[in-house]
Order: sequence, then structure tokens, then C-alpha cells
Amino acid sequence: MGLELYLDLLSASCRAVYIFARKNSIPFDFQFVDLLKGYHHSKEYTEINPLKKLPSLKDGKFILSESVAVLLYLCRKYSAPSYWYPPDLHTRARVDEFMAWQHTAIQLPMSKILWIKLLIPMITGEEVPAEKTEEVLAEVQQNLKLFEERFLQDRMFITGDNISLADLVALVEMMQPIGGNHNVFQASSKLAQWRMRVELSIGPSLFWEAHDRLVKLGEWDCSTLDPSVKERIVDLLQKFK
Amino acid sequence: MGLELYLDLLSQPCRAVYIFAKKNGIAFELRTVELLKGQHVSKGFLPANSPQMVPVLKDGDFVLHQSVAILIYLSCKYQTADHWYPPDLQARARIHEYLGWHADFIRGTFGVCLWTKVIAPLVGVQVPEEKVKRNRAAVDWALQLLEDQFLGDKAFLTGQRVTLADLMALEELMQVVALRNDVFEGRPRLAAWRGRVEAVLGADLCQETHGPILNILEQAANKQLPQIPPEAHPLMLLRLSRIP
Repeated sequence: MGLELYLDLLSASCRAVYIFARKNSIPFDFQFVDLLKGYHHSKEYTEINPLKKLPSLKDGKFILSESVAVLLYLCRKYSAPSYWYPPDLHTRARVDEFMAWQHTAIQLPMSKILWIKLLIPMITGEEVPAEKTEEVLAEVQQNLKLFEERFLQDRMFITGDNISLADLVALVEMMQPIGGNHNVFQASSKLAQWRMRVELSIGPSLFWEAHDRLVKLGEWDCSTLDPSVKERIVDLLQKFK
Repeated sequence: MGLELYLDLLSQPCRAVYIFAKKNGIAFELRTVELLKGQHVSKGFLPANSPQMVPVLKDGDFVLHQSVAILIYLSCKYQTADHWYPPDLQARARIHEYLGWHADFIRGTFGVCLWTKVIAPLVGVQVPEEKVKRNRAAVDWALQLLEDQFLGDKAFLTGQRVTLADLMALEELMQVVALRNDVFEGRPRLAAWRGRVEAVLGADLCQETHGPILNILEQAANKQLPQIPPEAHPLMLLRLSRIP
């Protein structure tokens, strides 16, 4: 049994791992764990990852979760080109800095936009109060500004002339609101140009294949949603009020 | 000008960086940035063009944020003992696995109690009871997972030796310890782990690093805390409003 990756491409973290593995021709078995059907809570998956999170990697007996850990593991084990995680002390530190910052600064607010614009109204029939929406959008705007000033600056990519793990993770996370028809790249031509560069570097075909499920999320028939999952989502709405 | 570390020991990630540098005998210039005095928003305390956060590392012209990045940088540059950030592929992966989960469920969550019990009153705000309860539940849930899923029956979070992961976790835990008194009730394995990590670090270093946060409630009660200057209020209020 070779390398297995447990993924649902609706998740940005999963897309980063998927794109990296495919781009670097790393052979793996794609194990689809359907988030919309709540399969990450299934008994089978809980045995792989008791924390019920995606993505997970299974390499023989070694099981690993958390996308940053998985990306670094794959990068090293399969000897990906060094520009993905540059060996220079300062350059690598910049990637580490972004990977640490992105959890709360990019991934979380981008994910909130998708919940606010699409999932919560779709599933609960209720809209999130406008005030809260404005707050989240303001936070996103502020952090994208910080991203440009601190991480991108005048460079082509975060570390310079080549794509790195940081660009990959940044982009897949910034794509998340697209599922709810919200495009964060419109606000800044610099960001839009960087986005295009990263997409081209990955290859548009692979990039859009990885984002297909996200892009079609609006078509999902959520009446099939498991009631216990629906309950959890209604709870989530409370946090936005 | 050698290595400079911009820190406030009231901040969990600052303590992790401080304790790591000290333990490993890394020479640095301590630049104290007092968060309660709003020094992170005033000019002149942080390096130019810096976001208003600590910890910050400045090594010549090189400026670095994010405690995890700083810890990794220091461990590589100063070639600290292997066990802190082991070169072995799987051992290192486990550290990043812990730190990924930590970023989502511990960081942010464990710091809320300082905000609700100490900072909010200083800026004239009361955090709604509902949010306090929610945070308490989130902390308790994370503590349980920390003990059951990450620590289990191991000596340290990712194996038999102490690593960067243990430092990050310990300092977040200390924040809650300083503001609650029941963290280890019913969590004997976590208590034992804390003892082991502190034994590695040494009592003196722990006392020095943890002193300020452990004294914070007493200082607040005796009205010994500084007045938060008005220019720092908006940022503090924004942080408070973001408590889920």
C-alpha cells in the first residue's frame, strides 16, 4: 500500500496538499472524505485521524495530519525542487513566518467569508447580521494589505523569483470565498497579478481541477445534509451574531 | 548590533522565545515592549515598518515575526541541541503537526482569559458572560485533547524528548494557570508533563520567565497595573470585540 492522502478539495488545506503532490508527480491514492456528507466524523476516518480533520497522510504505518506538516513532509521525502522550501536561513524563515501567520490571518477569515456569504444562508435560511459581515470583510482587507506589504512587497513571489509553499498555501486559502461568489483579488491589481503568476506556475489545468468542487459549491443540494451536522452549523451561526 | 528580541513576558509566544534563547545560552539584547502600556502601538518601540505585534526578532537588517518562525530560526542559526527540532523526517513532522493544531485551537483561545479578566476592565469594558463561558469550554476541550491525543502516555508532546512544541504549549498553558486555578484538576498526565518540561528548563529560568504573568492578578487587585494610554484603546477594543 503506497502513500494515501485523505482529502476533500472543498478544504483549502486539502487543495494545497493535492496541488503540491500532483505538481511534483508524487504518486498517491486519493482517499475522498466527503465533508458535505460528514464522512470526516465516520468511524473509519476517526480511526485514521481521531481529531476528524482533513487533510491526513498515511505513509505505510505513519499517519500525519495538519497541512503544513504534510507539505513539509512531502517536500522533503520526495525531494521537491528547493524553491518550494528554500534552504537559505532568511528565506526559509520568511516561509515559516507566513505559514505560522496564515492560520488566523488568512485561512480563518477567508473561510468565514464562505460561511457568511454561502453556507450559513444556504443551510440555516438565515443571513448573518450585516455588521458582522462588514467586520469580517474589513479584517480580510486589512490582512491582505499586510500580506502585500510584508510578504509580497515588490517581488514576483513571496520568496523572490519562484513559487514556494507559502504562495501555494496563500492562494488556495484566498480562493475559498470564490465558492460564495466573493472575489478578494478584485481589490488590488498587485494581488491579482500575483494570483495569476501562482496559477501559471502551478499550471491552470491542475489549478482549476483542484478548485472545481469549490467553484460548484453553490449548486450543492444541502437538503441531504445530515441533521446532526446541520445542528452544529446552526450553533456556528450563533458565534457570528 | 547583535541579535535583538522584542518581547513582553505577559505574552505567551514571547515567553516561548525568551525561554528558548535563555536556555540555549543565545546572546541577545532584550527590547521590552510593554503591551499594557500600549508600547506596541507607539512609535519607537518596535522596528520600523513592523506590524504591531510581538515577539519580533531583529538580526542585523533581518526582521522576523511569528514565534514559531523565530524558534526555528534560532534553533538553526545557533545549532541548538537536536532534540528541540529533530532532523529526523517523522519526528520533525510531528512537531509541525502539533503546531498546526495549536495554531487553530490553543493560540488565541488560551489568551482570552487575560483579556477578559485584566485588560477589559482596564479599558472600561466587560466581555459578555456568554463569550466567557464559550471560551472556558473551548479551553477545557483543548486541554482534554492536548492530554489525550497529543501527550497520551508519552513523556513529551511529540516523543520522549522535549521539543519546540512543548515550549509553545507550556507557555499557553501558563497563561491559563495564571488566571484560573483548576487547569490540572483531573488532568494528572498534563500536570506531570508540565513538571517534566519545567525540570528541563530549570526552576530559576521558569521563575524568571513566568513571574510577571503569575503575578498579574495580584497586581491588578492592588491597582499596580499601568494606565493603558488612549492611543492603544482602539486596538485593544478591536481585539476584545473579536473574542468569539
